[in-house]
Amino acid sequence: MLFAFRDMVYEMAKKDKRIVLICVDQDIGLAKMADEMPNQYFMEGISEANITGVASGLAADGLIPHIVNHASFLTRRPFEQIILDTCLQERNVRFIGMGGGLATAHLGPTHTVIEDLSVMRAVPAMTVIAPCDADEMRRLLPLTVPWAGPIYVRLARYGKPIVSREEDGFAIGKAILLRQAPANAKHVLLISTGAMTNRAVAAANELAASGTECAVLHVHTIKPIDRDAICAHASDASLVVTLEENVLSGGFGSACVEALVDGSDLRPIPPVHRIGLPDRFVHEYGTQESLFEAFGLETHHIVKTVTECVQRMGIRRN
Amino acid sequence: MHTDSQIVSAQPLDARSRQLRRHIVTALEGAGKGHVGSALSAVEILRVLYDDIMTYRVSEPAWPDRDRCILSKGHGCLALYAILADKGFIDVQEMSGYTSTGSRLGGCSESMVPGVEATTGALGHGLPVGAGMALAARIQGRPSKVFVVLGDAELDEGSNWEAALFVNKHRLSNLIVIVDRNRLQIAGPTEEVMPLEPLKEKWMAFGFHTVEVDGHDLAQLRRAFENERSTGAPKAVICHTVKGKGFPFAENDHNWHWKGGIDAAWVEKMNLALEEK
Repeated sequence: MLFAFRDMVYEMAKKDKRIVLICVDQDIGLAKMADEMPNQYFMEGISEANITGVASGLAADGLIPHIVNHASFLTRRPFEQIILDTCLQERNVRFIGMGGGLATAHLGPTHTVIEDLSVMRAVPAMTVIAPCDADEMRRLLPLTVPWAGPIYVRLARYGKPIVSREEDGFAIGKAILLRQAPANAKHVLLISTGAMTNRAVAAANELAASGTECAVLHVHTIKPIDRDAICAHASDASLVVTLEENVLSGGFGSACVEALVDGSDLRPIPPVHRIGLPDRFVHEYGTQESLFEAFGLETHHIVKTVTECVQRMGIRRN
Repeated sequence: MHTDSQIVSAQPLDARSRQLRRHIVTALEGAGKGHVGSALSAVEILRVLYDDIMTYRVSEPAWPDRDRCILSKGHGCLALYAILADKGFIDVQEMSGYTSTGSRLGGCSESMVPGVEATTGALGHGLPVGAGMALAARIQGRPSKVFVVLGDAELDEGSNWEAALFVNKHRLSNLIVIVDRNRLQIAGPTEEVMPLEPLKEKWMAFGFHTVEVDGHDLAQLRRAFENERSTGAPKAVICHTVKGKGFPFAENDHNWHWKGGIDAAWVEKMNLALEEK
């Protein structure tokens, strides 16, 4: 997904002089911009507080700076700058977080950022997006240019497998129904974001094969969340299961539950089960995949959990 | 230990400096409280910038080619409000609403107020943001200069020194750092709470052409801010000031950094202090 970002932002910068890339002691393969577009490419030192302030100052004068950094350092160290210099003053800074979630688990809890979705969505004025694959990243990026206000984008480490579809279109803040349940069938609604979406689609296929129908709603924009779509698709579901590569505390599932409650107008909402990371630091090392396995986020875990929920609830299978 | 260069002249304030302080008294009278000491040390710095140095349009606060002043020590905003009111960015009448519900003039200045370039108050933010604005001016080919007024105690924040590295790397000679060196912070003298000296040498070591001036001496301030150089180095002006300048009962007293309970009697004392001697 980083490559998709890299290639697109390069092309966009060639056409739009407002687009500025700020890298933090890490070449993402765009060092050529230093010669080709010296006013739009800055390789800076390890100084997140300063860089966030600088980017906010650039944005104050109409530029659109993209800070590319590890999601952990991008969101943790300069949190006050993000809040005060960027969000409070609604500066158009783009925070491009590499390796959010479990992607950098080999480096341990200093790098593994599992709360970025919770933390970023708590800040007023911030838009939070977790694309599900590289194709979706390509659809997203041009739409960020005219978007007013700051954006945090969590890049999944891998852009594959591709589950997003051209024909579904893409708009910031609009959820995408990737899988529909058969009409009038009792079904489970899986709501996912980021790297969980391909697993949600795979799990839904497996569950359908064993008799549990599932719809899959992909919510790439965690904030502002598409409350209407979530409520509409949940309204005829027997169960809602949310999926996130993030701590459950205040994260994506929380955002979905808030959307359901706030959109319910005091009517009952369907039962909800949240799948995500527990409220603890990730001390385990490994790969993104091995930790997905360890923390119960893989497709087979989703299938098992949904099946158990369905059984416990006594939902009749179609 | 003060050296000769750190001695601030005891020369009385002129009529204009006293008038600007009267705007501050209007705000303090309205609110009954406020950051007094940290505003009064910066009045002459801001006066000289807005009177003699900066190019701007009151009728068009967002004019792209304007020079920018960021008061990074946002708690000293009464001094900024006073000069903005004097220049007509805001109405003088607004001063009395300082910190009250419905007023734009809070206890720290916000960028929604015409003439305020950046919201400040949390310390260590102004210099990075100012560096971004100075870089933007260079990228966009604008003549704008950026003046960032830092509190001395604010230099305890590491982000300033990250920004100093950045400003020097990019040789942002259109940026001028101004340090309000009043030597006091909330808990006491800066040199006891967190020693900053040798401060001039620190800025020099970071690549800044650094000068020290009496921060209440208008001619010295003008000379320091005007000084055009061709070295390409950024500039730092350390302004030796008196916290609470103009109110003898508040001068050099860290207890006047923030003052509550400002009643009619205090206001009378303040006005008396501002009468022509």
